[in-house]
Amino acid sequence: MSMKIGEDKFKERVGKGIDNTFMRGAVAGAQERMGTRRENATEELGNWEEWRSHGEEIRKHVLENLDFYLEQLSENVAARGGHVFFAQTAAEANEYIQGVAKSKNAKKVVKAKSMVTEEISLNSALQQAGCEVIETDLGEYILQVDDHDPPSHIVVPALHKNKEQIRDVFAEKLGYQKTSKPEELALHARQKLREEFMSADIGITGCNFAVAETGSFSLVTNEGNADLVTSLPKTQITVMGMERLVPTFEEMEVLVSLLTRSSVGQKLTSYITVLTGPREELETDGPEEFHLVIVDNGRSSILGGEFQSVLNCIRCAACINVCPVYRQVGGHSYGSIYSGPIGAVLSPLLGGYDEFKELPYATTLCGACTEVCPVKIPLHELLHKHRQVIVEKEGRAPFAEKMAMKAFGMGASSPALYKLGTKFVPSVMSPFTDGDKISKGPGPLKLWTDSRDFPAPNKERFRDWFKNRDKGGKES
Amino acid sequence: MTGSIQNRDAFLTQIAKSLGRERRSKGVAVPAWKHRPQDEVLKGATQDELVEVLKTQCMKIHTSLVVTNLQDLPAKLGETVSNYGGGPVISWKDERFSQWGLDPLMKKGWKEKDIELYEWDESKGSENIRQAEKSNVGITISEITLAESGTVVLYTDKDKGRTVSFLPATYICLVPKSSIVPRMTQAAQKMREMHHQGKQVSSCVNFITGPSNSADIELNLVVGVHGPIKATYIVIEDL
Ligand code: SF4
Repeated sequence: MSMKIGEDKFKERVGKGIDNTFMRGAVAGAQERMGTRRENATEELGNWEEWRSHGEEIRKHVLENLDFYLEQLSENVAARGGHVFFAQTAAEANEYIQGVAKSKNAKKVVKAKSMVTEEISLNSALQQAGCEVIETDLGEYILQVDDHDPPSHIVVPALHKNKEQIRDVFAEKLGYQKTSKPEELALHARQKLREEFMSADIGITGCNFAVAETGSFSLVTNEGNADLVTSLPKTQITVMGMERLVPTFEEMEVLVSLLTRSSVGQKLTSYITVLTGPREELETDGPEEFHLVIVDNGRSSILGGEFQSVLNCIRCAACINVCPVYRQVGGHSYGSIYSGPIGAVLSPLLGGYDEFKELPYATTLCGACTEVCPVKIPLHELLHKHRQVIVEKEGRAPFAEKMAMKAFGMGASSPALYKLGTKFVPSVMSPFTDGDKISKGPGPLKLWTDSRDFPAPNKERFRDWFKNRDKGGKES
Repeated sequence: MTGSIQNRDAFLTQIAKSLGRERRSKGVAVPAWKHRPQDEVLKGATQDELVEVLKTQCMKIHTSLVVTNLQDLPAKLGETVSNYGGGPVISWKDERFSQWGLDPLMKKGWKEKDIELYEWDESKGSENIRQAEKSNVGITISEITLAESGTVVLYTDKDKGRTVSFLPATYICLVPKSSIVPRMTQAAQKMREMHHQGKQVSSCVNFITGPSNSADIELNLVVGVHGPIKATYIVIEDL
């Protein structure tokens, strides 16, 4: 699977997403639950803003000195007997990993969930090299068993499926005969996957945070699958986006804390594992050989530019869990493995505007994403910037909403899109309302009011609006 | 073991170019950070207070917590293993079990009750993993324990296999009270200090917080997916 998922046009994907009732219910419920958990976990600290500021200063410092820290990291990994390969492109990374697989004569690869390996389409590269690839994260495993259904959320990949669907898939593909109880389904997966772990030749993981000072890296999971991936096969390959590192254990700790609280509302997840090099002499579990593949794949062209701060991202999905657009259209509508606000910012940068130029318009600029981001990425501002770039590039009139309408297949001038966001902020808005027009909105809304006046928010919901779109998008 | 590095120069030069400056190979120090919120968590808490925090947190992470002393430790450990359905048991090879008076239980008591004990043995190679896989209970010792999150920290070495805490169906960790610190911050500092003292950081450091779980099916919490299904921490007060 590559970064792009499916061949449908944006409009069709959104339509499908909106028509999928279970998916929408699941997404809405998930957002609420994960949102509440995140809020509790961040508020109980009492000084969350301090934490965010600390997260941001760490990420900024690392990006500004990225070449230094990557050099230090690679030296220290090699000093512990690891092999480091720097891959400028996805193809280079895949070729290297295929080479390792071939040299080991590998037949079976077990993987722990990793976005960067999806991004570079590693699984199909491994299959070409004659390997069977098994995803071991429960959610990813479910998708894989279901003929590689694409993920719809970066933390909970099978969010769009209900337990009855999962039971049916297991029954059809794995001969499963029990009920749709999550415990029974999970137990079945556990038994199946145990066999795979015990017989795999290579284990592949992503990397939450590498630690330059010691050449270590950390993996954050609740299931413990990453630990089996890194304990049982003889060869381990870890793939990391080049920005995913910190100077020392102390900064790693801070980012891990930000990640677990923001993504799943836990103080720490069940398993946080810090690995350094291959197993030591005389150790009998852990890999004999360790490879670290550091991937650029378009990241260096983001560095140093106006979108640099997106590389602060620690992939927590907090922005996805509060996004009103994601709530209505679901993860598949984005057509990218990176969905939600982070996906709308990152996908055009890594995958190109041609492929993903609608995404910066699949937002309301309501700013909820920016508010929750644990490393203070100004997501809605970056989305606004994307729109400006697109407008400049395509030489269109500098009215963001015109482009938005076009991208959404509407061709009308009604600025209905923003209402989706404003539905969530009517109380904040009211002081700025002048009759039924708003001339100066607070905070994030300023971006809209900068370019034009727009009608005061009403209760129209995105899906109603979207249903109306073909009728010219008239206000309902 | 010799490592290797490939393709580094072009890659890092590209980064420096994007950043609009020359390559930086040295001269970068970790700055004095403006913010340090992590130091405020449970600041100044006594060891007893930390035990209380740990207790409360264990209820949230589906983990049983037993507080005991050296004298009662064998009884408590024996009880916990029985509650988990007995053997086979696998443990690290660690002198501390014997120092803490556990030999009569582990080497004799269990044998009499037909509870099989396997002790990690580097000379036996992959047999260790096979034993861990078929074990009902895995037993290890926490080096550092994080009160805030309810986390035990394990350092792997040749006598302390990684899989003892992952493959068995249930998991028990012995926690010296003195190992309890406020949060991950102190553990990270300790690990860094060890590194600066020239002690090599362990090839695998596990931060374990309760049993394995997943919320991948309709966000329902399922306990015990790949790793243990149940977990108990036994805090030893006079250590
Ligand atoms: S952009 Fe921020 S909130 Fe969104 S996934 Fe990345 S770190 Fe989390």
